Amino acid sequence: MAPNSIHWFRKGLRLHDNPALREAIRGAGTVRCVYFLDPWFAGSSNVGVNRWRFLLQCLEDLDASLRKLNSRLFVIRGQPANVFPRLFKEWKISRLTFEYDSEPFGKERDAAIKKLAMEAGVEVIVKISHTLYDLDKIIELNGGQPPLTYKRFQTLISRMDPPEMPVDALSDALMGRCVTPVSEDHGDKYGVPSLEELGFDIEGLPSAVWPGGETEALTRIERHLERKAWVANFERPRMNANSLLASPTGLSSYLRFGCLSCRLFYYKLTDLYRKVKKNSSPPLSLYGQLLWREFFYTAATNNPRFDKMEGNPICVRIPWDRNPEALAKWAEAKTGFPWIDAIMTQLRQEGWIHHLARHAVACFLTRGDLWISWEEGMKVFEELLLDADWSVNAGSWMWLSCSSFFQQFFHCYCPVGFGRRTDPNGDFIRRYLPVLRGFPAKYIYDPWNAPESVQAAAKCIIGVHYPKPMVHHAEASRLNIERMKQIYQQLSRYRGLGLLASVPSTNGNGNGGMMAYSPGEQQPGANGNNSSSNGHGHGVSGSPVGTANGSGSILLNFDSEEQTGPSAVGQQTTQQQRIKPPSQTQTQQQQQQQQQHGYHSVPDTSQTITSSRVYHEFAVPQHPGLHLHTRGGITGKRERESEREGSGEEEQASCSVHKMQRQSAET
Amino acid sequence: MKRSLEPSEQQDGGGTSGTVKKKSLKKSQKLRRDKHSEEEGGLHWERLPQEILLHIFQYLPLLDRAYASQVCRGWNQAFHMPELWRCFEFELNQPASSYLKATHPELIKQIIKRHSNHLQYVSFKVDSSRESAEAACDILSQLVNCSLKTLGLISTARPSFMELPKSHFISALTVVFVNSKSLSSLKIDDTPVDDPSLKVLVANNSDTLKLLKMSSCPHVSPAGILCVADQCHGLRELALNYHLLSDELLIALSSEKHVHLEHLRIDVVSENPGQQFHTIKKSSWDAMVRHSPKFNLVMYFFLYEDEFGPFFRDEIPVTHLYFGRSVSKDVLGRVGLTCPRLVELVVCANGLRPLDEELIRIAQRCTQLSAIGLGECEVSCSAFVEFVKMCGDRLTQLSIMEEVLVPDHRYGLDDIHWEVSKHLGRVWFPDMMPTW
Repeated sequence: MAPNSIHWFRKGLRLHDNPALREAIRGAGTVRCVYFLDPWFAGSSNVGVNRWRFLLQCLEDLDASLRKLNSRLFVIRGQPANVFPRLFKEWKISRLTFEYDSEPFGKERDAAIKKLAMEAGVEVIVKISHTLYDLDKIIELNGGQPPLTYKRFQTLISRMDPPEMPVDALSDALMGRCVTPVSEDHGDKYGVPSLEELGFDIEGLPSAVWPGGETEALTRIERHLERKAWVANFERPRMNANSLLASPTGLSSYLRFGCLSCRLFYYKLTDLYRKVKKNSSPPLSLYGQLLWREFFYTAATNNPRFDKMEGNPICVRIPWDRNPEALAKWAEAKTGFPWIDAIMTQLRQEGWIHHLARHAVACFLTRGDLWISWEEGMKVFEELLLDADWSVNAGSWMWLSCSSFFQQFFHCYCPVGFGRRTDPNGDFIRRYLPVLRGFPAKYIYDPWNAPESVQAAAKCIIGVHYPKPMVHHAEASRLNIERMKQIYQQLSRYRGLGLLASVPSTNGNGNGGMMAYSPGEQQPGANGNNSSSNGHGHGVSGSPVGTANGSGSILLNFDSEEQTGPSAVGQQTTQQQRIKPPSQTQTQQQQQQQQQHGYHSVPDTSQTITSSRVYHEFAVPQHPGLHLHTRGGITGKRERESEREGSGEEEQASCSVHKMQRQSAET
Repeated sequence: MKRSLEPSEQQDGGGTSGTVKKKSLKKSQKLRRDKHSEEEGGLHWERLPQEILLHIFQYLPLLDRAYASQVCRGWNQAFHMPELWRCFEFELNQPASSYLKATHPELIKQIIKRHSNHLQYVSFKVDSSRESAEAACDILSQLVNCSLKTLGLISTARPSFMELPKSHFISALTVVFVNSKSLSSLKIDDTPVDDPSLKVLVANNSDTLKLLKMSSCPHVSPAGILCVADQCHGLRELALNYHLLSDELLIALSSEKHVHLEHLRIDVVSENPGQQFHTIKKSSWDAMVRHSPKFNLVMYFFLYEDEFGPFFRDEIPVTHLYFGRSVSKDVLGRVGLTCPRLVELVVCANGLRPLDEELIRIAQRCTQLSAIGLGECEVSCSAFVEFVKMCGDRLTQLSIMEEVLVPDHRYGLDDIHWEVSKHLGRVWFPDMMPTW
């Protein structure tokens, strides 16, 4: 008997280049394409209305395209783990297909469903099509650890075979005899819900600047390529005032939801390049947008704490300020810096901002001005940004806040000058902040400096109609650069000592630290002694004693990735073994009973499942309870993983970032 | 058991979940450790000589030492050896203002009680809350029977010492100044330290003070810092804001009695646009260079473009230059003319016109230049290649944002890294930011 298939849509919301969907219909008698939505969850999720609307439009488009093939989309109200067993029975399913999800929690969810399917005697077929490459192969090529610099990543990519070619779109011919049984009440039972149905108030909601769906995506890619062909220039376009606005050729959200196949995009770019440039082979930079995405997916795939600072082995621990008021001002476009506020307004209204605009607001929130944790900014983007994907969002925030990936941190985007350089006239600001419309270009980026007469003429008094700047930028950047320097100096110090003396300690400080990092006292005796002996135990306290060498440098010499990179992730091993109970115990004997206090341990990355993560993948919302249930299903796998991680060979690899975390955690 | 975990949650700073997990984790940790020690049994660890134990303990983090101290009486004695308590870093954070954990109050009590006389190298890391700054002052004022060599007051976020009443802060700080008598390094950036308290510092520690960092201390006057320079002849490293810098200070630092200065770090920050800055005479800088030919002069500029008027008019012995805000082509041109000792240059931003001639001039004239970082600037690829060619392999640090390089008729973005790598003698790439 021909199998009955379910294809489970999550991302990959398209019929073109969808290898898993192809598998669903291969030789099948029936196929049903399902998508899970939990309407009770939707309204309370932390995903904003623009993102939900985009998703619903994608689903409607999918349904419309499937109708043309005499099929339909089944939007199932509920949670996959709860509903699948019933569907398997009801529809007599023998095959389940879906696109591979590389993200840690997606993998976990899928493992649980696979188990359910196997128990129900359902064959499961999973295909990679959200990324260009099999990420595990990249990691394997890098010796088992994800590359932590983009350069290294590019090197690895250049050593790999090109991505697989996209497969043909689903068509009548491909469908063949495979049919979709559709009941009369399909619309009621399985129709795509409306925003109201999900509990959103849509009164006054402006129409979508970025309409969702595969059809739109395919129109856009043609426009995108036409424009590229027209300029015949494949270099990164230089930024101007126009690039700040939503463009009909923008693709990021479509790639995020999988309305557009990254492989299709890849090969269309390749073809175009060959056509225009005649026979020369395309450089990696041609695929920049796709490769960055790939880079962050690779970095995140085995790191469930990729979106956290604590317990994230690749993230530098930075003592960010906790400041809800300042965070709210940033998120609600009330910083008093028109450039920042205009970008945040655009983000909230439309769901997309230019990548340099992202850099500007992310830098402002974190290392540039407010010194607020990148995690907070990431959450706001997760709510508002259409193309925010867990890996890419968290990775980019870590990057921009200089929390990982070995960044130079000297460069802070100025919240006044950067905008002015990009759009000297200030039209972008006038568009999104009409209250400032009356200001002349001269003052529009720093209206608080405008004379009163100018403010009066503009009908906008700063401090009344528009806020005063929330920080003194010069002072804030002075402080923040200094802090970053201190943190990175400690980091590089630890890099030397961190590898448990197996690497010459000259490495990290080779650049010649500087007095400016911390009060460095050059007293060879006590100091040298102390910093080597204590540097590693209780290292931080050793640091004020001395940077043994002194120059004024703020440019850091990062060790080559080959040394530090691969060792960074997967330090769970060391971490696990290093996690020690209470700081309290030094008072031991006398105070036995107090020993349970002050228990500071870093959650174990390989065993902890963060409950907050439950909300991340809104496409398949999961209730916290269910999530726990899901966990149970895959314990076996988890255990195997930790066994592997616990094996000795990885132990010697040790990472300074991680060391530093450990040390701070312990003190 | 359950109740006993509560304080830890508080300490966590209301962080994520995890109490339960920690609990089980702790168990597994413990199990593993127990197993471990069984295997090593029979080695008579308790007979390890004290000095070897001390040596081992020095390599262990505090928590591991604490564990070890529970093994036996001998190890417990080792745990309390003064050598292990010379350095300490107090981390003072509040759950409401920080994500990081604080040093446990019990531990602080214990240290003050049992080890305060052993402390020599002490730092305080405080978050942005006033409470944390107050807690730091409370600890400071209890350090009456110790003799510190190093003291660092470090604000990890917004400077919170500035929020304290000045008198409160000063009285705590002077406790250390008066009792220590042999302070060698002092880092008190962003604090309300004032002239009278510096006098106390000088009166008690003038023979030993070698390093003083006090950037952005608004209550100190040029006279206050001059008093330090006059009396503390061993001062080798100094960091302060430009408004405290004077000809008199430089002359004092280059007097016969004074040791050679190693580092001078100056922050030039403008409070309001259009602020006027004083100038320093060339003769004063010359005196400095004569007295301390090898000293590093590190200058951080956070100015508006139109405030650079008084700077880089005369030759200045600056070695490290950081321009945190937009700086004009004109000023960078002057840098090439007036900074012959320049070693490192960082330009965060510039206008829209390419910096070609300015860079070439810097390459020609600043023969010590070995590190450069460029942020939001523009340089044509040809000029950049020329710059690198002129500097050659003395450029050990070359951090250029990809956007900085403007392709021209000779070089595109794809081939520039080859050309630059060739002249550097090593593989080089521009810095990239994610297209996201």
